[in-house]
Amino acid sequence: MIGSARYWREVPQRYRYEAAKCVKCGEVFFPPRLVCNGCGGREFTKQTLEPNGSVETFTIIQVAPTGFEDQAPYAVGVIKLDDGVKLTAQIVDCDPESLAVGDRVRLEFRRVQQDGESGILCYGYKFVPVAK
Amino acid sequence: MEVGIVGYGAYVPRHRIKVEEIAKVWGADAPSYKRGLMLREKSVPAPDQDTITMSVEAGRHAIHRADVDPAEIGAIYIGSESHPYAVKPSGTVVAEALGATPDIHCADFEFACKAGSEGMFVALSMVKAGQMDYALGIGADTSQGAPGDALEYSASAGAAAFLFGRKDLVAVCEETHSFMTDTPDFWRREYQFYPRHAGRFTGEPAYFKHITGCARALLEKSNTKPEDFRWAVFHQPNGKFPMKVGQGLGFTKDQLEQGWLSPTLGNTYSGSSPMGLAAILDVAQPGDRIFMVSYGSGAGSDGFIWRVTDRISSVQPQAPHTRAQLEDRPIYIDYGTYAKFRGKIRKLGE
Amino acid sequence: MREVAVIGAGMNRWGELWEKSHREIWTEAALEAIDDAGVDHVEAMYVGCMSGGLFMGQEHLGALLADQLGMGPIPGTRVESACASGGLAFRQAYLAVASGAHDIVLATGLEKMTDVDGGMATYALSTAADQEYECYQGITFPGLYAMMARAHMERYGTTRRQLAEVAVKNHLHGSMNALAQFPMKVTAEQVEGSVMVADPIRILDCSPITDGAAAAVLVPLETAKKMRVDPLIRVAASAHATDRIALHERDDLCWLASTAKAAESAYQQAGVGPTDLSFCEVHDCFTIAEVMVIEALGLVDRGRGGSAAEGGFTALDGRVPVNPSGGLKSKGHPVGATGLAQIREVVHQLRRSCGDRQVKDARLGLTQNMGGTGASTVVHVFERM
Repeated sequence: MIGSARYWREVPQRYRYEAAKCVKCGEVFFPPRLVCNGCGGREFTKQTLEPNGSVETFTIIQVAPTGFEDQAPYAVGVIKLDDGVKLTAQIVDCDPESLAVGDRVRLEFRRVQQDGESGILCYGYKFVPVAK
Repeated sequence: MEVGIVGYGAYVPRHRIKVEEIAKVWGADAPSYKRGLMLREKSVPAPDQDTITMSVEAGRHAIHRADVDPAEIGAIYIGSESHPYAVKPSGTVVAEALGATPDIHCADFEFACKAGSEGMFVALSMVKAGQMDYALGIGADTSQGAPGDALEYSASAGAAAFLFGRKDLVAVCEETHSFMTDTPDFWRREYQFYPRHAGRFTGEPAYFKHITGCARALLEKSNTKPEDFRWAVFHQPNGKFPMKVGQGLGFTKDQLEQGWLSPTLGNTYSGSSPMGLAAILDVAQPGDRIFMVSYGSGAGSDGFIWRVTDRISSVQPQAPHTRAQLEDRPIYIDYGTYAKFRGKIRKLGE
Repeated sequence: MREVAVIGAGMNRWGELWEKSHREIWTEAALEAIDDAGVDHVEAMYVGCMSGGLFMGQEHLGALLADQLGMGPIPGTRVESACASGGLAFRQAYLAVASGAHDIVLATGLEKMTDVDGGMATYALSTAADQEYECYQGITFPGLYAMMARAHMERYGTTRRQLAEVAVKNHLHGSMNALAQFPMKVTAEQVEGSVMVADPIRILDCSPITDGAAAAVLVPLETAKKMRVDPLIRVAASAHATDRIALHERDDLCWLASTAKAAESAYQQAGVGPTDLSFCEVHDCFTIAEVMVIEALGLVDRGRGGSAAEGGFTALDGRVPVNPSGGLKSKGHPVGATGLAQIREVVHQLRRSCGDRQVKDARLGLTQNMGGTGASTVVHVFERM
């Protein structure tokens, strides 16, 4: 399971969706990085991700990894946010069987995993369908 | 100087369970429960939702409506009887997610169903005292009722958040009053999973006595009468009690109905009367007065009188309305799924 | 740089090898390659292993396995590039010989996966993906490939049946391979009716959990000639490329850029194109992987990978046979060993010693070994001289 330091380090991204925009070429990276792999730029400004996006592709996990078994079946997708950044995350509060590529979704704050019954609770983002 | 609400927001989970579904498992008489408690269904938190996640979403709505830089918030107080950690604050996660750290004060409150209004009262008081420009008070719960217990039909999940300040108010706080005695009507001991209650003792000497006591004192203090208010909201342990206590005090059904969420929401504990207030603010007009009294077992009540300002109409559309969330694509689950979601099934290694 | 030849190859029967430790599994394959080469020593050895630590609780495999070989205190190096570890170990051995650093080198791959339970194996494999931004969210490897499959189906109209046909073909090939873990034939209906793992990927779309090892011996081409090795098998190209590790960070979810890049480099080195290849051994960790790999290798047009197996294009008697060994799908996929097993198959195909599954007139063979969802690819081209 994820230890405290490793979880805590990603808090700005998992809680507040903080990304980095390359000053030179404008590409947005999530999570932030030290070198732009588009232009080699090393200067970035902080940017918050757009909360709305569309499903690019998805799967329905039936055989879940350790710690996620109780959630199966659950949908995980690659979502393209309206600012162009893509993310992998669960898509919840929906019937996975009714999901389709192109569906509109938005970020919501959820508990993503937990270290058993006594360890830390790990929060972050998931997506929920936007009302049509 | 006037202080009051500058932004508000609620959060309602999408999952629901109907009274019939619970009654079926325990051989209970669903029609009599529905009639007696005036409850039809209740919200259920998904396994990935808790007091923290719902507080974050409600808090985001409140901040968005207030249009305030989260860094300017001086305090976050979260009232809940279901803080996810026994030791480690909910408030730190919420403050971090809202972007309000690190120059901020935070505390988690617990007072059965009154913890939310308590957080609101303290946040409001901090602003009133001039300690800070903005303070956030949140009531949120994912409460558990023991399997088969009457509480299982009502204990639900939801959150409401209120950002308090001194300028650009959407509702001015005209008066407050708190009322408290030591009354053992409902409790949960340490390490216990489910709460216990004293049956009918939770009614007259507990809920009704404290709400009535608080409400009468508040009316007297503010020199007002029930007819001076457009809206009233009381703690909603079920559908019946808030109507009974409200009408007993002289409020009409028309005044009570907008904030009366419990028939389809259930009892969101610390979120209960705060969510009712949020639902009222969603539709209130400038100049409307709102009368609010919470209740928490143990026991006590916090009362507030709010006066809605002109700014209300511009913030109402800025975030999802409470009743709209309540009605938005409910996902009905069976008791088996409910038991799994709420951790009521003993599994290997537990 | 010197020209390099492969003069020996080895591989044991793969499967759930309950009675054998990783030391035995590896040493059997290594000794077979050495005996096959007819040499009495190697100067250095490389071992590709994805996750000795998580699968076996054992790291420091370079030293441990060099010692098992009993050929003195030779340099032993462990190489890791997730599921491409074996291919990369071979490439390191190739570079060692080509550069003149060593004259006879053993390249090996190893994975012992069945000493841990399914949950741990799944976790170990998932470490090939981005732990913080993919796996944290509850995605699995089949899940990642399932998302690639859905994207491919949406864009190009690839069908569920076409994916199943990849498994049907590879199991048919594998049924002729005595070393394969699952040599049974399957039907498309069986694949489509098998247990769902991550929609649309079912269990028979997946390569299995396998214990196994494979090995090859490399020398300078000139040395091989002096040894009168016949047929001479020359390493015509060795290429390696990478891509962004997280699937969602790639511009095109339907395109294996690292494979395309490595293939482009390999074709250039070998002076050949995809139409010149006699056959390929590719990384079909999931049925959709083979569909996308043959596109990136240029065997078919972009978006047309789906119909290749269905139409017989990649069958043993097709235009370009793909995975005559049975592929990862039927042969098994002990991740670190897979790249070397592909090379072992190519060596035997080029020697024309593959019996029923022999590719007719095999002269030029390509191996493509891929890590993760394609964040690393190693491509080699081998020529029968």
